[in-house]
Amino acid sequence: MVEVNLWSGLRALAGGQDKVEIEANTVGEVLAGLVAKYPGLQDAIDAGVSVAVDGRIIAFGLTEEVKPDSEVYLLQRLKGG
Amino acid sequence: MALDGPKTSGFTAVGTTPNRPDGLDKVTGRAKFGADAQAPGMLHAAIVRSPHAHARIVSIDTSKAEALKGVKTVVTRADFTTGLKGENWNILENVMAGDTALYDGHAVAAVAAISPLIARDAIKLVEVEYQVLPHVTNVDAAMAQDAPIIREGAANKSVPAGLHPNVVRYHESGHGDVDKGFAAADLVIEDHFTTEATHQGYIEPHACLAQLGGDGKGELWCCTQGHWNVQKICAALVGIETSQLRVTASEIGGGFGGKTVVFIEPVALALSRKANRPVKLVMNRSEVFRASGPTSSTSMDVKIGMKNDGTITAASGTFRLQGGAFPGAPMEFTAMCAFAPYALENVRQVGYDVMTNRPKQAAYRAPGSPMAAFAVESVIDELCKELGLDPIQTRLKNASHEGTKASFGPKFDKIGLVETLEAAKAHPHFTAPLGENQGRGVSCGFWFNHSGETSVTLALSEDGSAQIVVGTPDIGGSRASMALMAAEELGIPYENIRCTIADTASLGYNEVSHGSRVTYASGLATIAAARDAVKRLCGRAAAKWGIDEEAVVWEDGCAKPSGPNAGDFDPLPLAEITRTMGATGGPINGHFEATPEGAGVSFATHIVDAEVDPETGKTSIVRYTVVQDAGKAIHPAYVEGQFQGGAAQGIGWALNEEYIYGEDGRLQNDLFLDYRIPVASDLPMIDTVIVEVPNPGHPYGVRGVGETSICPPLAAIANAVSAAAGVRLHDLPMSPPRIRAALDAQKDG
Repeated sequence: MVEVNLWSGLRALAGGQDKVEIEANTVGEVLAGLVAKYPGLQDAIDAGVSVAVDGRIIAFGLTEEVKPDSEVYLLQRLKGG
Repeated sequence: MALDGPKTSGFTAVGTTPNRPDGLDKVTGRAKFGADAQAPGMLHAAIVRSPHAHARIVSIDTSKAEALKGVKTVVTRADFTTGLKGENWNILENVMAGDTALYDGHAVAAVAAISPLIARDAIKLVEVEYQVLPHVTNVDAAMAQDAPIIREGAANKSVPAGLHPNVVRYHESGHGDVDKGFAAADLVIEDHFTTEATHQGYIEPHACLAQLGGDGKGELWCCTQGHWNVQKICAALVGIETSQLRVTASEIGGGFGGKTVVFIEPVALALSRKANRPVKLVMNRSEVFRASGPTSSTSMDVKIGMKNDGTITAASGTFRLQGGAFPGAPMEFTAMCAFAPYALENVRQVGYDVMTNRPKQAAYRAPGSPMAAFAVESVIDELCKELGLDPIQTRLKNASHEGTKASFGPKFDKIGLVETLEAAKAHPHFTAPLGENQGRGVSCGFWFNHSGETSVTLALSEDGSAQIVVGTPDIGGSRASMALMAAEELGIPYENIRCTIADTASLGYNEVSHGSRVTYASGLATIAAARDAVKRLCGRAAAKWGIDEEAVVWEDGCAKPSGPNAGDFDPLPLAEITRTMGATGGPINGHFEATPEGAGVSFATHIVDAEVDPETGKTSIVRYTVVQDAGKAIHPAYVEGQFQGGAAQGIGWALNEEYIYGEDGRLQNDLFLDYRIPVASDLPMIDTVIVEVPNPGHPYGVRGVGETSICPPLAAIANAVSAAAGVRLHDLPMSPPRIRAALDAQKDG
């Protein structure tokens, strides 16, 4: 199981929690697992998210590896000017 | 691309400063910008724009315009695709109004005619009946319970119950217990700040030439930061297959984020399809101001608690951003960047995305971050002054470093904030004496940087030269950087490499040139493509020598046996291999297509000296120093240019630039005469210090440099001006009337 940290604004959509546990080996599985467990997160994830894995911010790569002890944070999709 | 750790020494080409390959074309007028595109039988277009900030469109009568001699066609919203959803719907609604004009300057119809003059005459003949509606342009007013509603149902699920429908997105993040942290502080300061919307101020207005036939096949030439994105959006808005629209990016006269989206391109395509002729559409400066995307204006509250020794015990911020008449103000970045420079146990940040009757905001260099730094670094400056602390030492005491839990959540990888602060502290500027009416300000700034989808091809020629084909429009000298990185890998001179920006039919997908990603991502891809080509070169040498490919290495532009056991062969230069490549296996190319995910974040520290004339309130920036972590400067002169450009734009944003709206909700300063950007005489020489803390995610350690440089200036200048004036300035721009008012208020007690 991977502990996934949500930004506080998502708490209401994840049963009041900002840390949830998901069975996942990749970033894609983290996102799919989050939606399966908390369907209310679908819109936020569809709107675009980045995933920080052990400090590395992954903007797109669903196949990036996630380990059980990885530090995982969901962030809003990064873009720039 | 697997990395063994960035190369940090032994460079031959990287780190040098040759002339940019596009320089001669640009200074001699040969370079082709958006408005230079021509086609046989081309028509010229003009757009009818709303004179109201908010109005229902009752009817549009185009008959008189269509009857004008020389007019070939007119389009309205009815000529675009229906059934779009999400951001594509928002973009279409912005490109051409539906039932309601949402801001002064909103497009409602467009005309194509045989000359620009006839097109401009014709738009005056388009009769639009409006029902004027109440409007709101201020972010705080738009959140008030009695504010007119821009669009019901625009809010997403993140918005807490009870907020006005104009609040369309909400962000909250942080960690620890801020109340406990504030209780532990010796001094807590809470303050309110505002910033006005500013425009990116690029020299070149938006321009395009479109050709779209009834068969659904088209071509588009335009000035853009990302033509694959233009292709995708335009195809959706005019209802054709993406692959049937070929888009070519022109040279670009500045973008700074404002050319990452579309405004006129779908209109030109719709006109072209209807007229069955190519159509050229060029915005004038007034249209650029009224109807392209400026940055958000803000209203912010920041509270920070500090111990007498300078330790920050807690920090919180509320950031309200208006993004015009559509969702999208970058409030989450404002919130996430606000406290990122500091290692905080207790931090909380909240953001509100608010709709108003203004044009749809667009990205502007590190969108959202400069405003956050203005508020946060102003309060830190206030705390340092109250507690008698050194501003750089205090920032060093609290600085984020590798392993720090960032204010937005994850732990930082290797970062260079401490190094920028140490370099600023050691710089002679920091301790130089100040003159009368002068003050010094310091600020840190943070930006994430971005990676994104990237494709690059590198092709070798028979004569031993090389061409690199990238898909990221060159907005800051990136072609020179790509050529330097390829020269480094191939071992051939920089001058023997030509870098070209491909059109959408000539290369795989490339994300927009944004997020300071180009030198990082296209650079990484160029290095990988060159290594791919080198592998093939080594293969040809191995075949010639009759040894294993693994027994060949590439050094100094030559294939060589890897050691004595590999055999005794003279080095084989690149040009010798390519001279016979057609007969030894065919052309030699290198490719790379991927989404690299290692863009390192970046920090900067700025020092500014400002002089305020107490009589007039006019500010002069008398000295400016930028210290920033570039990871590795590929072309140091262009890195310095990015540092100086960010500081120059920040000076304009801090001191003079602002969107001024009248009571009627119309923009009052839609020309450079009234919208005051800095000119050369407003700027001092801007000194730069390039700090290099390698990014582990790039083969040479590159971090993006294009955006971080605009994060600290608003705050650093505000701190300098406040010190010079002897009164804290809370609102940008700090124009002479505002400074005079602050001085008068202080005098009146």
